[in-house]
Amino acid sequence: MIKTDILIIGAGPTGLFTVFEAGLLKLKCHLIDALPQPGGQCSEIYPKKPIYDIPAYPEILAGDLTEKLLEQGKQFEPGFTLGERADTIEKLEDGTFIVTTNKGTKHHAPVVAIAGGLGSFEPRKPKIHNIHLFEDKGVEYMIKDPEVYRNKKVVIAGGGDSALDWSIFLTNIAKEVTLIHRRNEFRGALDSVEKVQELKNKGKINLITPAEVVGILGEDHVSGVVVEQAQHIKKEFEIECDHFVPLFGLSPKLGPIANWGLEIEKNAIKVNNALDYQTNVPGIFAIGDVNTYPGKLKLILCGFHEATLMCQAAYKIINPNKKYVLKYTTVSGIDGFDGTRKEAPKAVVKAIE
Amino acid sequence: MEQDIKITIIDRDGEAHEIDAPTDMAMNLMEVVRSYELAPEGTIGVCGGMAMCASCQCYVLSDHELPEMQDDEEAMLSEAFDVQENSRLGCQIAITPELEGLKVELAPES
Repeated sequence: MIKTDILIIGAGPTGLFTVFEAGLLKLKCHLIDALPQPGGQCSEIYPKKPIYDIPAYPEILAGDLTEKLLEQGKQFEPGFTLGERADTIEKLEDGTFIVTTNKGTKHHAPVVAIAGGLGSFEPRKPKIHNIHLFEDKGVEYMIKDPEVYRNKKVVIAGGGDSALDWSIFLTNIAKEVTLIHRRNEFRGALDSVEKVQELKNKGKINLITPAEVVGILGEDHVSGVVVEQAQHIKKEFEIECDHFVPLFGLSPKLGPIANWGLEIEKNAIKVNNALDYQTNVPGIFAIGDVNTYPGKLKLILCGFHEATLMCQAAYKIINPNKKYVLKYTTVSGIDGFDGTRKEAPKAVVKAIE
Repeated sequence: MEQDIKITIIDRDGEAHEIDAPTDMAMNLMEVVRSYELAPEGTIGVCGGMAMCASCQCYVLSDHELPEMQDDEEAMLSEAFDVQENSRLGCQIAITPELEGLKVELAPES
């Protein structure tokens, strides 16, 4: 059982900034995210795209924003449960919560902050008639542990960065890597495209374009795929393989959170924006893109503000009788949970002769 | 409003909506659909309009001349599902006076 003060669901920018604001109040955070890395949409959808409306950053890449937020919160030692989706919540008699993920990991906290953005990212599954029969039997929609593919024959489908990057990566692990894409052009970072070209020339990646996987072969495990290639004349053929990994991107779904007894409106969680961004369930807050209230704007900077106010309310729940007064970081510095201290340098007192 | 044009959008349930779309607000078709809430929030314009998710895919039913498809839109559509000959990404279609009478149908949610 993982214990923490504020359990944050979603490790996007709003969730990551919560770590910092909570830390100033000496509250510890743990984050759960369905993606294998922190950053949410900023890392998953557009890491290399610029954002222009983060205060004091005239321009910052989404991926860099994630890194800066992680660095800002580092001394407060946040815990992470990554690659797992928060599935169920249980309110105990003492008002605290137990949140369990789809993998069965349990988290216990007095305050839950849902910073889930548009929901958890679920892989988009290609419409291949028998694909559901082979899920986890050789068909994987996400690569979590590359070691699974050691000395195996792998077919990857897709034309974006993840299809390119995993094809490159697996050439060092797998016995055989085949990349199948519907067209000749790839939609990825230029260096990835060039690297695949190089590996193709060396015979390390078997590239099949423009083509599509239309069927899966096998008894209780994938033994091959049926490919339809459209170059010149349409033809169909089979490729022997142990794994088929379709990487067609991810789409966010609100998912199990929708069944947590929270008031939902327009695929978002209703909160009290006059006070603290609490939901209709005391102790559960919703901040960032996942919440809604009159005048809501889905902006990262609004998520930061919501996270800050939410932490004040969390403090009062966790420390019901303690007095508190807002402190400025410039004045009081930052004491990390790791023993580090940041503070403003002392002014020099010296006479001018 | 004189800057508005009439366009018809068939939602994912098959219902047609004739709506006024402003040409002076730098809006695109995806944003117009969202502003009229013709598809639930969170099911359209997921990436915000970067041609990176295909949640705003639509089928163009009228024969208007549309802005030419850029590489990123073409690449995204080549990976999307339910793609047809007349598929476009709504986020890449700016609302201009030339689109008066445009008729599109939203592609299914994937």
